[in-house]
Amino acid sequence: MGNEEYIIQWDDMTPEAKAKKERLEQDPSFRTDHMAYMEGMDQISTDIRDKVMSQVESYDEKVYTAADVQAALAHDVCSIEDFKALLSPAAQPFLEQMAEKAAVERRNHFGNSVYLFTPLYIANYCENYCVYCGFNCYNHIHRKKLNMQEIEHEMKVIADSGIEEILMLTGESRHMSDVKYIGEACKLASKYFRNVGLEIYPVNVDEYKYLHECGADYITVFQETYNPDKYETLHLMGHKRVWPYRFEAQERALMGGMRGVGFSALLGLDDFRKDALATALHVYYLQRKYPHAEMSLSCPRLRPIINNDKINPKDVHETQLCQILCAYRIFLPYAGITVSSREVARFRDHIIRFAATKISAGVSTGIGDHEEKYTGKENEAESGDEQFEIADNRSLQEIYDAIKDQGLQPVLNEYIYV
Amino acid sequence: MQNKDTWTLGGHTFTSRFILGSGKYNLNLIRAAVEDAGAEIITLALRRVNTRKEENILDYIPEGVTLLPNTSGARNAEEAVRLARLAREMGCGDFVKVEIMHDSKYLLPDNYETIKATEILAKEGFIVMPYMYPDLNAARDMVNAGAACIMPLASPIGSNKGLATKEFIQILIDEIDLPIIVDAGIGRPSQACEAMEMGATAIMANTAIATAGDIPAMAGAFKNAIAAGRAAYLSGLGRVLHRGASASDPLTGFLHD
Repeated sequence: MGNEEYIIQWDDMTPEAKAKKERLEQDPSFRTDHMAYMEGMDQISTDIRDKVMSQVESYDEKVYTAADVQAALAHDVCSIEDFKALLSPAAQPFLEQMAEKAAVERRNHFGNSVYLFTPLYIANYCENYCVYCGFNCYNHIHRKKLNMQEIEHEMKVIADSGIEEILMLTGESRHMSDVKYIGEACKLASKYFRNVGLEIYPVNVDEYKYLHECGADYITVFQETYNPDKYETLHLMGHKRVWPYRFEAQERALMGGMRGVGFSALLGLDDFRKDALATALHVYYLQRKYPHAEMSLSCPRLRPIINNDKINPKDVHETQLCQILCAYRIFLPYAGITVSSREVARFRDHIIRFAATKISAGVSTGIGDHEEKYTGKENEAESGDEQFEIADNRSLQEIYDAIKDQGLQPVLNEYIYV
Repeated sequence: MQNKDTWTLGGHTFTSRFILGSGKYNLNLIRAAVEDAGAEIITLALRRVNTRKEENILDYIPEGVTLLPNTSGARNAEEAVRLARLAREMGCGDFVKVEIMHDSKYLLPDNYETIKATEILAKEGFIVMPYMYPDLNAARDMVNAGAACIMPLASPIGSNKGLATKEFIQILIDEIDLPIIVDAGIGRPSQACEAMEMGATAIMANTAIATAGDIPAMAGAFKNAIAAGRAAYLSGLGRVLHRGASASDPLTGFLHD
């Protein structure tokens, strides 16, 4: 199936468990139907998927020429066809012109502002087997779920650093981190932060409504890859396997009353140009249906994980990533673009000038280790392991100063819960 | 000679015709707006208040400057009313700029919801300054609902198109008896000057100054442009002949033959 580099072999598994893992990896017929909703999953009536996927399936990156790219750059409003040209290999020689156009859009829509946030992982239990992810249920990592006292302690440490926007994350385990648990964490977060976002497993409309009432207003769900056939070979077991339920998560979140939603493909898993196209069209069509919603995009590339340092972003080098981000900015000038600490400081410091609008600071992707990372004070309790290795370890103050030094305006919050 | 060219809003008298909009804030910008552009009113986005102690916008506002909280972030009248009340509780005074957006792409104001919010807030004693799409019927409804002025947009936020709605703003200036403050889309001093020449009461801007290479110099340029436009309006613009409108051989000359 071409995913061998992701697979980690374990010698200390029971023969039954080992046999099941290997069969999941090797025998597609052993795996569930990834296009069928599981029991209890909302199935909403929507035409967004058809609109996005019909465009993606017919996209042929090779048909676009330099002339198409130049025309796209000359247009005031970027059409879907223009965007397809900007994503194509033909656009690569025009990267500087794309960046210049992106810079104009960025300035017109966001001025000098660069928004800052930090992620807070509260649990890393997961019941899915996604072969590239450090949290996958077969990976031998130290698991941890913070209790409310521990969450509050982490929040105090983070809030003391000056952060006002938080993105809370869990591994995708409904059993270990149920909606009630996440809701309670949101209520706590509302005490310490002005802006609370969530990146958790997809849930139903009424559950999003509950989480909104608990204080969360933004939901981010990464589709990983928009190609269902590839998706099937990477997400071998668990509720995350259900591709359409994940695809519709943002729409359910908006139906549940959330103010904003975030989108992304994990670039490098499949054809990155098609995945970038699908991500942007997912935003584009949902915005037309829910014009009040605030839309944002992320652009993660594959990173090494604990027990597998060979995982890498493949053909998505910084140049390709830069091209995608410029194309996003030109096609969706109103959308926020977040660049995470998966990317190095040099890349982040430059990309915020012409494409990205938000970066994380003071990042840990581990569980319960903020005090240790922020103050050097050793934890009494053992912390949980990280989801992936980060590439930019700078503190909030360091990033804040780096933004200011460029003549840009760091913004810790521009949101109010109403 | 004392400058008598003042204007009033909700019983307060102002001399400056430049209002600093919300959006981007920093100490330099506010200082430049007050010292170099002469602003007497500074807009305050409630959602930007209470950031880090050293960045708290409220600490930046010089004495004697009127704070104008806005309701940005509101998606309907109910949310705008809630934000306005919150601003008043925080001690921001009675001025409020009602800003209601239900569109995240163009950030166009929702006139219908704005009329509803204006009515509620005016009854509660606020000095209501509605930000609106320049539509005469909606503006009249806002006047009847108790608005203190009308704030039409010049062009969509972020479009950098200047006075794209010029003809419709002119209609508001001609037909509405309240101050008309042109907001959103003014990207250059020349555009501010043009709006003032048309008879606008004041100009609101932010990004044009905030993103300038030299913030104080750009603030000063806006001040001069607004003063020039105002002076031109007061002195009465001369007639401007359109191309071809003045035939060398008069069309009606035959009547005198």
